[in-house]
Amino acid sequence: MISSQLFKKIKPLIFFVIFLPSLIWCYQFINGSLGVNPIEKLMDNMGEMALRLIVLTLFISSLSEFKKFRFLIEVRRMIGLFAFFYVSCHFLIYIVLDHFFNMTFIIKDIIKRPFITFGFISFIFLTPLAITSPKIMLKKLGFKAWKKIHYLIYPASILSSVHFYMLVRANKIEPAIYIFLILVLLLYRLYYKIILPQLAR
Amino acid sequence: MKILPSEITPYTNYLNRRKFIKSSIATSLVLGTSTGLQANHASNQNIYDNQLDENDSLNSFEEITTYNNFYEFGMGKTDPAENSGDFKPKPWSISLEGLINNPQVLDLEKLLQKVTIEDRVYRLRCVEAWSMVIPWQGFPLAEIIKMADPLSSAKFIQFVTVFRPEEMPGQKRRSLPWPYVEGLRIDEAMHPLTILSTGLYGHDLLNQSGAPLRLVVPWKYGFKSIKSISSIRFVDKQPDATWPMLAPSEYGFYSNVNNLVDHPRWSQGTERRIGEFKRRKTMMYNGYEEDVSHLYKGMDLKKYY
Repeated sequence: MISSQLFKKIKPLIFFVIFLPSLIWCYQFINGSLGVNPIEKLMDNMGEMALRLIVLTLFISSLSEFKKFRFLIEVRRMIGLFAFFYVSCHFLIYIVLDHFFNMTFIIKDIIKRPFITFGFISFIFLTPLAITSPKIMLKKLGFKAWKKIHYLIYPASILSSVHFYMLVRANKIEPAIYIFLILVLLLYRLYYKIILPQLAR
Repeated sequence: MKILPSEITPYTNYLNRRKFIKSSIATSLVLGTSTGLQANHASNQNIYDNQLDENDSLNSFEEITTYNNFYEFGMGKTDPAENSGDFKPKPWSISLEGLINNPQVLDLEKLLQKVTIEDRVYRLRCVEAWSMVIPWQGFPLAEIIKMADPLSSAKFIQFVTVFRPEEMPGQKRRSLPWPYVEGLRIDEAMHPLTILSTGLYGHDLLNQSGAPLRLVVPWKYGFKSIKSISSIRFVDKQPDATWPMLAPSEYGFYSNVNNLVDHPRWSQGTERRIGEFKRRKTMMYNGYEEDVSHLYKGMDLKKYY
């Protein structure tokens, strides 16, 4: 069994491993080795990484309920913040590189195209999670209010996986796996966190 | 950015294109004797430049051959270049079928002796809102239609891509219903801009580009330009086409490039020209409006998208 103490020691390593892909992709983008449509590739990479990290935080939330895996909770906030980092990169690339601040076009795009609407709402939902992530915010808000805000991860994760599903033209298997994983993890939590305690009363 | 009138092919240029066809006899000699890609590059550059419309520049051979949608070889953009090594485009035959006087199986080598290979620099606009400018070599589809000698009842043509799951790994999975099929109305097929391409940049088509023979219809979204064609069927009703069958609300039979009719997932108002940073405005019929708009006179383009 890994102790929380030991796990804390390798936290910087985990930080580096999750941060590294963004550095590599930016380097490849600049040096021209990201294929012939580098903007699309960079945006896709960032978005999919964000989705992976969202699934990972949900997974950690459920696993850390077990004593054996309690240590995982040490990195949940960090991974959640990295998910937000990658989502922000994804969104910024869309605005700056893909559409070069053509705001009228972007606003129309967000309203008109359901998959962009979903992605945008997901980003909006994730923002308060990132803002309230410091421990001070938890103290300020109180656990109950803080917890309520953080339930936003449920709709945000579903919306972001559906966003990916709708974007893909054929081969919907990969995005479908994300939706499936997210639903399983959310239903599991719904059952243990909300339904079971109600029944126990 | 406004659409400059100069960006739309003027009719005079269009006529000039016919002149280049004559000069391409010389080109085809060069093609026939040269072995490498480089040799042809140099010899054809003038022809390409002459055919280029203002504001356009050619995409590189590398761009054109490493960023492809060809699901027979996988669904990623680089999959076709990476997974098409086992495909054998030679020998090749095309069967002409259906409502015609001369049903036959054409050997490609023999067919190519009967036609003149021309240079055609066309814009290619993908439904995914990216575009390229490609120097194709090929011959008008009309030539094959004449050989087939269609009956008056033949109103449409259906094209079929070869089905070889052993050589096309993407066909082993059911990402699309195989084989890939596409179609044109017969007047679209007879249009002088519509070609069957056998090469690009003076080089035989690479497998990822649809070797050895593919359709190029420059005023329609790229998926209409079906690759590695094995049969051409003349029919009396609008034939099935793969993407419209799969998602009829997203892809229409006509699929003319139209900046005013949006795809539910991509705005068709703008496009990214591969190699450029800022998006361009998409042009009606991909800039070939003067040449082709008469084909669709009186049609509701929102209904027949």
